Amino acid sequence: MHIRALFFASYGEILGTRELTVEISRASTVEALVRELRSRGEPFSRLPPSPVVAVNREYAQEDTLLREGDEVAFLPPVAGG
Amino acid sequence: MIRTALTREAIEPEEVLRDLSTPEDGAVLLFLGVVRNHNRGRAVEGLTYEAYREMAEKVLESLVSEAEDRYGTDRIVLLHRIGELSVGEVSTAIAVATPHREEAYAASRYLIEELKERLPVWKEERYRGGESEWVGGREPGKGGGGP
Repeated sequence: MHIRALFFASYGEILGTRELTVEISRASTVEALVRELRSRGEPFSRLPPSPVVAVNREYAQEDTLLREGDEVAFLPPVAGG
Repeated sequence: MIRTALTREAIEPEEVLRDLSTPEDGAVLLFLGVVRNHNRGRAVEGLTYEAYREMAEKVLESLVSEAEDRYGTDRIVLLHRIGELSVGEVSTAIAVATPHREEAYAASRYLIEELKERLPVWKEERYRGGESEWVGGREPGKGGGGP
């Protein structure tokens, strides 16, 4: 299945991209997606092992199950206000 | 009146307060977050806020709706600026009107603290000398965050 991955602020700068389509096996979790990306080596391996993630614009957990077409955003520590 | 927005336009205090309160309100409280000229010992010239816009707009709405439930007022304005800001400019505005002051202070405090924990917005500081850096922040949902 395909996931739309978004990378904000410092994560976007580390990767040199702000959006990627990632192919991953059906019924993967957030954790599996992070593992798959980090296993690609530099610069992906510089993402943290358990980043804060939002799935379809809601904060999600590592064990959240992903579905085809989900939007998964990688969120560095937030600093609004 | 309830109003939330992420905006690229300068935030004007008079605008924030316009049409906010009703005749039953005896307290109108305005909080402004402002860009300061220093942070952790470095001279700051300005900063850039980046947002995950679609999610940040939803989070602003959720925060206001939580404050409505907790503090019993539907006269709330919650704004966050994005883009490039200079020292002295307003980054955040929170206005609350309530019959008595206690609820206004409590609601305003709730909104700024929860916003800092949960709003998907990031800040890059520009320093004197031309360097810039993303400022470390808080990890939503990893201790203290969440409704």
